[in-house]
Amino acid sequence: MSLATMFIKMGDGFGKTCAIFFLTLLFSLPLGMLVALLRMSRNKAVSYVTRAVISVLRGTPLMLQLLAVTYGPYYLFGLSVSRNKLIPVVIAFSINYAAYFAEIYRGGIESMPVGQYEAAQVLGYTKAQTFLRIILPQVIKRILPSITNEVVTLVKDTSMAFTVSYQEMFTIGKQIANSQTSFVPFLVAGLFYYVFNLLVDFVMGRAEKKLSYYR
Amino acid sequence: MRKLLEINHCRKHFDGMEVLKDLSLSVEESQVLSSIGPSGSGKSTLLRCATLLETMDGGDLIYDGHYAARDNGQRAVYAPPQELHQIRNMFGLVFQNFNLFPHYSVLKNIMEAPMLVQKRNRKEVEAEARELLSQMGLADRADAYPYQLSGGQQQRVSIARALAMNPKILFFDEPTSALDPELTGEILRVIRSLAEKKMTMVIVTHEMAFARDVSDYVVFMNDGVIVEQGDPREVIDHPTQERTIQFLRRLSSQ
Repeated sequence: MSLATMFIKMGDGFGKTCAIFFLTLLFSLPLGMLVALLRMSRNKAVSYVTRAVISVLRGTPLMLQLLAVTYGPYYLFGLSVSRNKLIPVVIAFSINYAAYFAEIYRGGIESMPVGQYEAAQVLGYTKAQTFLRIILPQVIKRILPSITNEVVTLVKDTSMAFTVSYQEMFTIGKQIANSQTSFVPFLVAGLFYYVFNLLVDFVMGRAEKKLSYYR
Repeated sequence: MRKLLEINHCRKHFDGMEVLKDLSLSVEESQVLSSIGPSGSGKSTLLRCATLLETMDGGDLIYDGHYAARDNGQRAVYAPPQELHQIRNMFGLVFQNFNLFPHYSVLKNIMEAPMLVQKRNRKEVEAEARELLSQMGLADRADAYPYQLSGGQQQRVSIARALAMNPKILFFDEPTSALDPELTGEILRVIRSLAEKKMTMVIVTHEMAFARDVSDYVVFMNDGVIVEQGDPREVIDHPTQERTIQFLRRLSSQ
């Protein structure tokens, strides 16, 4: 197989890699905020349950979670395994990443000086206004480098979808490598991920720069 | 004279420690009241209770006839949130550490609350904000961000931010304590000019000379009670209570 054919075949799968990547960010970034708020809830029960869930999600392999979400419904309820593997893959990734994002959000929110809340309160801001206008924008600036870290990891983690044979780029690369007894597809895959991450770095760097207008 | 603020029998404790013990105080319109005393005397806690940043265990808190909290014989019962929201509109607070919003320009720091909370129109608010800034000598810093300003300038912005809400009464929590000594003068001048304009103010301060100069009334606090109060020249220059004499002597010997 020529290198060009390899690129084309794996490029086909790259669309699916991107689908996992963007859909996961789309769902996990807001879901993570919800989880962070539950984790910080004044209701002890809510806070503890959330903490336990985060602990399990962070403490077990993403691969295992992928398998559980994809095949769990079959083993537990006898439901047929969904044809479109994208759905369980995105669900598993979103939940897993939400747990990580939640802890980043929480760290950021808890690092905010109490004086910011007090100033807003005395001026008559509601709790929602205080959070959305005063706290959140500053938190985003603080946590952006940690978010970038997770996003870079997510790019590479998409390759784990091969465990449930979702035909994304790495799964295809692996199949070609097996059939051609060649290591080259892995190098091609590595190149794809690396270039993707260069792009991620560039975009996130721009975002950080945009927020550097204040200290 | 109209009483703008009335605190009756205020009690407050933290972890079993009585910080305020049956403390009463009232502030009349146009009055400048200073609260002095050693650290740990409860003067900051009193100010935080008055500005609704802390809740009192017992006592009444009344702003211009409106009850923010009413003692039911056992504890302080606070008004519903909607009423407290209205009451917050009656006062402003200048913090020791300014607490400006770092992600907003100076102008936005001042303008957002009047527009967002009081729903006033942008044009009018902006004109007023710029006027306040020029009164503070900061007309040319409207577009700066807080980190670009000196401590004294930041504190003046925070005074402008509080004044933009047109409060009936303005509280200061040790407004010069976070500043270098050479910068305290500019803040004290601003407060003095507000006093000349008959702004009602309550000032927690360590600046004895300033308290004597600018206030109409001074309360000396110690261990959660008011030990001595009255005309500032009387209390500061001729204290009668042993605790006040000790405190002032220790200050002047520094």
